[in-house]
Amino acid sequence: MSNLIEGFLGKSVEGKKSRMPAKLDYWQSATGLFLALFMWGHMFFVSSILVSKDFMYSVTKMFEGISFIKGGNPFIVSVAVAIIITIIVIHAALGMRKLPTKYREYQVFRTHMKMINHEDTTLWFIQAFTGFAMFFLASAHLFIMLTVPETIGPYGSADRMVSGWMWPIYLLLLLAVEFHGSIGLYRLCVKWGWFEGDDAKVTRVKLKKLKWFITVFFLVLGLATLAAYVKIGLSHRDQVGQRYQPTAQVQMIKNDMLARV
Amino acid sequence: MGREITIKALKYNPNSKVSKAHFAEYKLEETDGMTLFIALTKIRETLDADLSFDFVCRAGICGSCGMMINGVPGLACRTLTKNYESGVIQLMPMPAFKLIKDLSVNTGEWMNDMSKRVESWVHTNEEPDYSKLEKPIEPKVADDVFEIDRCVECGICVAACGTKLMRPDFVGAVGLNRVARFQIDPHDNRTDEDFYELIGDDNGVFGCMSLLACEDNCPKHLPLQSKIAYMRRKLVALR
Repeated sequence: MSNLIEGFLGKSVEGKKSRMPAKLDYWQSATGLFLALFMWGHMFFVSSILVSKDFMYSVTKMFEGISFIKGGNPFIVSVAVAIIITIIVIHAALGMRKLPTKYREYQVFRTHMKMINHEDTTLWFIQAFTGFAMFFLASAHLFIMLTVPETIGPYGSADRMVSGWMWPIYLLLLLAVEFHGSIGLYRLCVKWGWFEGDDAKVTRVKLKKLKWFITVFFLVLGLATLAAYVKIGLSHRDQVGQRYQPTAQVQMIKNDMLARV
Repeated sequence: MGREITIKALKYNPNSKVSKAHFAEYKLEETDGMTLFIALTKIRETLDADLSFDFVCRAGICGSCGMMINGVPGLACRTLTKNYESGVIQLMPMPAFKLIKDLSVNTGEWMNDMSKRVESWVHTNEEPDYSKLEKPIEPKVADDVFEIDRCVECGICVAACGTKLMRPDFVGAVGLNRVARFQIDPHDNRTDEDFYELIGDDNGVFGCMSLLACEDNCPKHLPLQSKIAYMRRKLVALR
């Protein structure tokens, strides 16, 4: 009954404001922080291809739980993806509250942004724009990861890029994630006053520098990783669907065959 | 002989049915130490008696002459024309406030509403006895209160705020800073629960998107970023 009255009046029966806006603000930041840090880890894991195909393969198998299930089970990856999707949906729903929803809001912000030429104002627009783009880009990626996690691997992922024509989406997704995530982390710091120290202005300058370093670092790493998968995908075009066999396993089979001969 | 500078000022009277918004261009000779206030006064005296703009103290104290200077909000009296290398300066009234005419906006009415909205006065049950000295408070606390009480209500933080422009009901940095001022002040008996009732929603502290143009353009260099973050932390921590 009190929900009905609160929903109707916009304040509780006692005439108090809802605590929900505080909770929404908190959870928007919390989910954003989790996702940004998750994406750091994600980038390091996918960039394992830069070390070797075997290393990327072993990272994939690690996430399939090979240490406690024989041969690993890709369903574990699906469960992890489902959790990430849930967190993204929550974060997107909360972030949407900040986006311009009417043309006039968009128009006045763009005009202001161009006029004032203020870095943090422009960064917010980039964050909002990339966030909107990820509604679509991230959905395409996550649905594939949810439904066919067994294809993740040095050949499977590379085939997806080239023969599956996903590289344009991954390129855009990479740009969107790295800008959105690094700007978001910087904004979290200034929004909640983290690491302020004695002089918030000095800290902010340092945070801004760190933010740009993180953006460039992960973009370079991401582009190199993307290029590596595309290179493998191009040379693997004729064997699409073939799964990667780790070198050690191939060596074992060869030895086995030699022993038989 | 100083260089010739060009001032382009937006001219528009929203109360006139025939007035059409346009930029009027004025050319004048730059003098030593010329501020925009001096330039505008010269324009009004010699070129266009109809040009409206606000000023009182001409020394950065009253906060009356805020305007958009080449797109950036600032006080006309504290802006030197020599800092604009091209010699071309575009002036517009501050957005978010009611436009009176040309460069003149009604910040007073807005600030008055804001003050009422955040109940910008000391709330106490104690009957003040003016014959006695005020109860002493920690010097550090007093410094903190005085520091953010230096706000002159110029409206620059409001005009600089992209959030405020998109969401007209947003209380703005000046309002959030004001709440922080009373939250810190031990003379005020209000609790964080009381402050939540004033700014605990998406038009208050949770609406701030931390664009920080308020902090970066405040002519008094108030620590707006820190104070907004402080209020956000305080109010989010409430159960």
